[in-house]
Amino acid sequence: METRPDLQKETTVTKTKNKKREGRSLWMDGWIRLKKNKLAMFGLYLVIIIVLAALFAPFITKYDPYTQLIWTEGRAAQLSPPSAKHWFGTDVYGRDIFTRVIYGARISLQIGIASVLISVLIGVPLGAIAGYYGGLVDDVISWLINVIFAFPFLLFVLAIVAYLPPSLIIMYVAIGVVNWASIARVVRGQVLSVKEKEYVEAANALGSSDFRVIFKHILPNVLAPVIVQATLRVGNVIMLEAALSFLGFGVQPPEPSWGYMINQGRQFLLAGKWWWSVFPGIAIMMLVLGFNLLGDGLRDALDPRLKQ
Amino acid sequence: MYTYIIKRLMGAVPVILGVIALVFILTTIVPGDPARLMMGQRGDPETIELIRKEFGLDKPLWYQFIDFFRRALTLDLGKSYRNNMLVTQAIIERIPVTAKLAAFSMGIAVILGVTFGIISAVKQYSWLDYGSMLVAMLGISAPGFWVGLLLIVLFCVKLGWIPGTGTGEGELIYYVLPSITLGVRPAALIARLTRSSMLEIIRQDYVRTARAKGLSERVVVLKHALRNAMIPVITIVGIQTAYFLSGAIITEQLFSLPGIGRLSVEALINRDFPIIRGVILFMALLFVMINLLVDLSYPLFDPRIKYE
Repeated sequence: METRPDLQKETTVTKTKNKKREGRSLWMDGWIRLKKNKLAMFGLYLVIIIVLAALFAPFITKYDPYTQLIWTEGRAAQLSPPSAKHWFGTDVYGRDIFTRVIYGARISLQIGIASVLISVLIGVPLGAIAGYYGGLVDDVISWLINVIFAFPFLLFVLAIVAYLPPSLIIMYVAIGVVNWASIARVVRGQVLSVKEKEYVEAANALGSSDFRVIFKHILPNVLAPVIVQATLRVGNVIMLEAALSFLGFGVQPPEPSWGYMINQGRQFLLAGKWWWSVFPGIAIMMLVLGFNLLGDGLRDALDPRLKQ
Repeated sequence: MYTYIIKRLMGAVPVILGVIALVFILTTIVPGDPARLMMGQRGDPETIELIRKEFGLDKPLWYQFIDFFRRALTLDLGKSYRNNMLVTQAIIERIPVTAKLAAFSMGIAVILGVTFGIISAVKQYSWLDYGSMLVAMLGISAPGFWVGLLLIVLFCVKLGWIPGTGTGEGELIYYVLPSITLGVRPAALIARLTRSSMLEIIRQDYVRTARAKGLSERVVVLKHALRNAMIPVITIVGIQTAYFLSGAIITEQLFSLPGIGRLSVEALINRDFPIIRGVILFMALLFVMINLLVDLSYPLFDPRIKYE
């Protein structure tokens, strides 16, 4: 019996074909791409470090953010410059600024994440409904989005928080209620393009309900831009909260809000006692930078088409 | 072209109507009787009743709403609760300061942003590129009011180059620091955007053709590439209008500039609702108009875009 070389060849080919490549989800692909992006990872680490610092604040610093050390350490604890004892110095009430900056991260992160969650919860369904149904529903929702966009953002939030009793919940809601429009706009645009795809047609043909089509087939496919937008929004909201608190309309003293700390340290900054205002500012910059770098990286990682 | 403008203007009408309605709701749901608040402790019941009559606060809400709507459409926004000044007059008086601030900071943003964007793109991956993009990223992440404070310390207190905050006798030097403060963020955004759109365009065939026919690199970059790279930059100028209006509120507050932004904060503190409504309407109108102008300017940069 003669061997046929071409047959042998064929079996080796099928053998290599059978060595199946490990399947990877879109998210796994995105994560691998994100890991290669040094700037994005730097942003992620910044965010993680600040989140950990906020969570474990009592273990990082031995001071309390509200305790005025003048009573225990005397006048020396008042507006003392950065030292080994007080890394970021103390404020005029003798509170340790490093401690207040660390605890302040809790407020900024809470407001940033909670209000963006609220805007996602409002914006995603409204944007999806507008994009999917079109017609009058779309007209009404798009009109609402345009009205919110034309409204001066800061004044909108200011007008809400200025006259209601100061509370964190009201700030989450006020900022979330204004912010949903940008999320809804992104979702609407995405849904408009996704709903023409064959798999949506297939789901419709199989008799799936609109609810099922939107939530099961369309939304998972528009999630990536929502995540990117939401990450970038968190940075914006943290900045907005700082601005509100700086103007005196945001988080009320004695809570350690970064924006309010900058405001309080203002007079002393002009007199050369820089630490009270400078450190909270750096903290805001680092946290916002973290979210911005991460958001940019996520955009590149989750939507490779955008990457050059 | 004209039909497009008319169509766009017609499209803006429902948005403006929506803003008017939202403004009314926002300033009416606020707890507290404005008439009582205006008089404070010294108000006797008769005077308060008189004031309620004068400002139409004794009428039912739906009547006030329709009345407000009707008047707003004819720009009759009533009088300030505070000093009986006409709202339109109070706003017009403050326009020059804000207009100067906006013009200077936008000028700074475009000049710096486009310059560094081009340099970064042309010298991609050089230290100049990395350096400008790092500064841009920090500029986007730093809170404007904090940057402004540091500028005051550096240029007013330490170096003494700038006399201080306020408007002095109206000298333009007082606008230098506020304009930089407000211009940092848009400058950074424009630099990043110019860079990425330049990088995309510089690889296009017509740029290669321009090089091949022997044009100098300068002409290729500044004449052939830049004009096309400007399209996204112009879009961002439109989007940033909203940021400018919000940013002006904080910047004017920080630098004691008597512009529209400061007027709105004063009105918020004094619960001067007619002024708040007026400022919000003014800003919304401005936003809509500027975005229309931005859309109309696209054909100037790219003749392929035409409005029929």
